[in-house]
Amino acid sequence: MLILECPYCGVKGEETEFHGGGEAHLKRFGPGSSDADFETYLFMRENPKGVHLERWRHVNGCGKWFHVARCTMTLEVFGSYSAQTLEPPKEIKDILSAKRPGWSWRNFS
Amino acid sequence: MSEARSALPNAKFDGIAHVEDAGLRGMISFRGDLSASKVKAALKAVSGVEMPSQRGCNVTGESGLAWMSPDEILVMVPHAEAAAAVEKLSKALKGQHFMAENVSDARAVFTVAGKHAREVIGKLAPVDMGTFQTGEIRRTRIAQVAAAFWMHGPDAFTVVCFRSGAQYMFDVLSVAAQSGSEVGVY
Repeated sequence: MLILECPYCGVKGEETEFHGGGEAHLKRFGPGSSDADFETYLFMRENPKGVHLERWRHVNGCGKWFHVARCTMTLEVFGSYSAQTLEPPKEIKDILSAKRPGWSWRNFS
Repeated sequence: MSEARSALPNAKFDGIAHVEDAGLRGMISFRGDLSASKVKAALKAVSGVEMPSQRGCNVTGESGLAWMSPDEILVMVPHAEAAAAVEKLSKALKGQHFMAENVSDARAVFTVAGKHAREVIGKLAPVDMGTFQTGEIRRTRIAQVAAAFWMHGPDAFTVVCFRSGAQYMFDVLSVAAQSGSEVGVY
């Protein structure tokens, strides 16, 4: 069971109050993009053992989307952050570096 | 004109806590920039209470304001005054970017009161009821449906859910309030 904290309403709730929304920080490739880019955007996903960045929605609460950094192996939640960002903020990166030295996820590390 | 009825008029259950349909309540879903002074003033004029802070809830009698999300407030007024309150808000905030919608008849309101009321809620919602206090509102789920609740007195909770789930909510609250089912945690 994951215990997540919604950065918008500050509620620390358990998993059933939220809903997972898949991988975070996807860049959309729409009409006019190359087939390869479009295929990558649609189908290619990270499947890490360890640090993972995800989108979650506080569905039984304020209804907002946000980001969560967690470990897929230990289910440890490192922190949550705003959805209005293209990359994890420094605080989250610092926590990840402290707890999982040498971590990397897509082009972040 | 048909007469407005609450979801389960006169529904009552007595067990380790008293569960009851709270009747009609005027509710307005308000969205907008909650930090704007014009918005604050308009909401206060309609509800008669101060703007609550994050997850806060100021309710006196049937009127009040409850914080729903960073851009949403639930405005409560007596049921008969809801339409007028929406009009008043629309007038006061003319030209601003906001939404005020009368959702009174889309909701069901219950009260759970008694020595073990805290426990009844605690059995059903994934919330730490040990630290829950008056002046707080929590949007969450109760068993399988979305709900929100706050305390309107010591050991007395107001539970709000969608009207379509009213029977389910009443039943599940009644089951959790069965006589002899107290756990004694709080």
